[in-house]
Amino acid sequence: MSDKLTAKDFASSQEVRWCPGCGDYAILKSVTKALADVGAKPESTVFLSGIGCAARFPYYINSYGFHTIHGRAPAVATGLKLANPELDVWVVTGDGDGLSIGGNHLLHTLRRNVGVKILLFNNEIYGLTKGQYSPTSRVGTTSPSSPSGSVDTPVSPGQFVLGAGAKFFARAIDTDKVGLGEVLQQAHAFGGASFTEIFQNCIVYNEDVFAPFTERKNAAQTQLHLRHGEPMLFGTNKDHGIRFNSDSYTLEVIDAPASPDDVLVHDEGNAVLARLLIDMHMPVALGVIYKQPAQSFEDAFYAHHPTRMQRTKSVADFIKGPSSWVVD
Amino acid sequence: MSKNNILESIVVRFAGDSGDGIQLMGSQFAVSTALAGRDFATFPDYPAEIRAPTGTTFGVSAYQINLGGDPITTAGDAPDVLVAFNPAALKVSLPMLKPGSLIIVNSDSFTARNLTKAGYTEDPREGNALDDFQVVSADISHLNLEAVKVFGLSKSEGGRCKNFWALGLLLWMFDRELAPVEAWIIRRMASHPTMRDANVTALRAGHAYGETAELAASLPQLSVEKADLTSGEYRGITGAEALALGIAAAGELADRSVMFCSYPITPSSPLLHRLTRLQELGVGTYQAEDEIAAICAAIGASYGGMIGVTSSSGPGIALKTEAMGLAVIAELPLVIINWQRGGPSTGLPTKTEQSDLYQAVYGRNGDTPIPVLAAASSEDCFAMAIEAVRIALRHMTPVILLADGYLSNAAEPWKIPNIDSIPKIESIAVPEAAGDLTPQRLAYQRDEGSLGRPWITPGTPGLVHRTGGLEKDFETGHISYDPENHQRMTDFRQAKVDAVAEFIPEQVIEHGDDSGDLVVVGWGSTYGPIYQAARMTGTSFVHLRHISPLPKNLAELLDRFDKILVPEMNNGQLTTLLRDRLGVSPIAFNKVAGQPFQIAELVERIELVTGGDQP
Repeated sequence: MSDKLTAKDFASSQEVRWCPGCGDYAILKSVTKALADVGAKPESTVFLSGIGCAARFPYYINSYGFHTIHGRAPAVATGLKLANPELDVWVVTGDGDGLSIGGNHLLHTLRRNVGVKILLFNNEIYGLTKGQYSPTSRVGTTSPSSPSGSVDTPVSPGQFVLGAGAKFFARAIDTDKVGLGEVLQQAHAFGGASFTEIFQNCIVYNEDVFAPFTERKNAAQTQLHLRHGEPMLFGTNKDHGIRFNSDSYTLEVIDAPASPDDVLVHDEGNAVLARLLIDMHMPVALGVIYKQPAQSFEDAFYAHHPTRMQRTKSVADFIKGPSSWVVD
Repeated sequence: MSKNNILESIVVRFAGDSGDGIQLMGSQFAVSTALAGRDFATFPDYPAEIRAPTGTTFGVSAYQINLGGDPITTAGDAPDVLVAFNPAALKVSLPMLKPGSLIIVNSDSFTARNLTKAGYTEDPREGNALDDFQVVSADISHLNLEAVKVFGLSKSEGGRCKNFWALGLLLWMFDRELAPVEAWIIRRMASHPTMRDANVTALRAGHAYGETAELAASLPQLSVEKADLTSGEYRGITGAEALALGIAAAGELADRSVMFCSYPITPSSPLLHRLTRLQELGVGTYQAEDEIAAICAAIGASYGGMIGVTSSSGPGIALKTEAMGLAVIAELPLVIINWQRGGPSTGLPTKTEQSDLYQAVYGRNGDTPIPVLAAASSEDCFAMAIEAVRIALRHMTPVILLADGYLSNAAEPWKIPNIDSIPKIESIAVPEAAGDLTPQRLAYQRDEGSLGRPWITPGTPGLVHRTGGLEKDFETGHISYDPENHQRMTDFRQAKVDAVAEFIPEQVIEHGDDSGDLVVVGWGSTYGPIYQAARMTGTSFVHLRHISPLPKNLAELLDRFDKILVPEMNNGQLTTLLRDRLGVSPIAFNKVAGQPFQIAELVERIELVTGGDQP
């Protein structure tokens, strides 16, 4: 089709102002490409964000965009979806914005299953405020606000969102065009709240924090790319597999050719499996980890509203109340 | 109290345990009063605890109604008739009564245990504590149980009918028809036939007791003047109901759907409950996870083209503050309703106060002006809700509407307006997506008069643009850190709120001469008592509905008086505002007791200020 939009059509006129080498550039590229690939229309697409480096995102996309306040984008997005369920609404957030100050809104947006696509750029640090440790920072993270190392236990985004009742959880790496592209397409297609955690490299304040599994040279050994219905295999020659250890209730790596029948097959509808995959440290599970379609909040809201938000009567029909009287 | 007189007005107070059905009894008495053609005002006064321990003074729930002929604008200073269901209710209400008042007590409840719980060391009926009053004792609990015995109810079920027994007696005293109340019981309790029939029986038994019982010989039959209301159709209405209808009416007048987003809080929740019943008017209600989410969802709804409305009370409004700034900088319409209550912090959740005026006018980070309105009475909540939406859409701005806990629950008769006679609400037209201007610039082309920008909503082709909480270039709407631009935008945001004054009505004098020694200036729910006090003392009275900006002619109007007296249920907030905005020096009269002003205390203060008797 001649009028098919390309990734370039989704780039706004604004000069992008992230630090040179920031993982956000790669994510922006993958998102604009995904928008083109799924046939999105700029006028019916909205990007919402809160505060943080990631929150600059809407300014750089040629769609409707609303840069709101710290942590509250999911709440604004909920109101927007209620006003116009037809819109394609994306929320871009970070580990501080989404899991710290905005944790409550994230929890409720997910459990309601509001039809928004949430992209959480996780870099395990506060970038915009110059490098303080974040709710996903590992214990011992040294930062301007934790010079001798942080002491608080980090939150696991995946466990948090599943605990909140999310129906879609996926993970991808900022620079992995193929993996991120596939995940974005699935996140877009999902009817309810889709939550995608993107491992984002902050080159200034937390460089290479994910390098042990994101470096290309080791990727085959350190990344497990999940596909629904396919065996969980990884390694240069797909010679490693994942098995469920029924004694320890954990996942473990096995020699796949030696015991092919023991290799788990990914079932994205299995929440128990999803929780085990989220906690697996090496390899790191990527792709759509959990997907369980359910009615979206806005669909339920309209289905329960007797007139689907239309005005079918006049105030004049209600204004008299239960009893009225006439004074002559 | 003299017998069988026709009185100008009379104040009746029902008081009992939270579980005694006092509010139900009171509201049915109000309906009966209205149907009998009397003006009235009510004041439900209930405890913060849902079911406080029975028999305690802090568990007393009361309902006061003032009824009569002359315009009734308050629930009355002091009750003329008290119906006390237990010793605690008597103890709490006694200090409010004038000598000579009639007290009807439920004598069955004056047990040693209940007296102790109320903190009485001796039965007040036996000492001289009640000597100044006319006391009628009736075994209400027992008489009621006897009446409903035939229904085979448990003692506690049967006991729950006693409010209707007492209501029956009151209806006899006031010579009222039973039929409307019976019809209400039958309708309301249709699904519980036994309780329905028992309550009707209790009502009739109470009424028959008045007619036949010997004891009742000491009970006066009371008659108050009919009200001289202008002709038309009336209904009783609370502030919450009026505001709900006003919001829905605004949606109809603007031809937009309304999305009401809120979080439960006292005393704001009645508005949420009322709006859930108006869905066929294109109204949606969304109960958010917290106060911040509620206002943010309302902003999201406004961004999406519906009229976003949120409502709360002081502590919740405080949480919404940051998001109000977002609506200001993004130039989006929004209505924020504050049902004020006693503060600070959690304060007095069920008691009324008007101490959030500073918060509304001044209480935000940055130079962040927002128009502020205040409803004067329960019925005025209807008109002010429409006014708030009108300003929000005309100027593309959030608007704060101040109400309070008293208005939320207080009922008064309301002449039902004709919706067709109310001017439509206009919003700024969406521009054509053409010409030299980019969509980003088109989105920020402001109307010359109102300074509002076009309400362009996502989904509109050709006008794709970005907005947000960072300072924007005046022309392009892109992020701008330019110093001159920030000055220009700050000035523009103030000019926009100032422009509201060009559209609102000039200030009128509510009562009295248009110049002289003293003018009393009020705002919000103090309208009722100030109006009566001004009438009684012949003082001029000005009542503000537009708080920020103030009406253009207010300075000139106030200048015609030597003194300005500002009574407020706070520590002097309007006084400060008037000094700030107009350079005047009002005399403050402040009451922060969680209770509305009494007419008598206002009269006293007016006389003190005017230095004695009025000419």
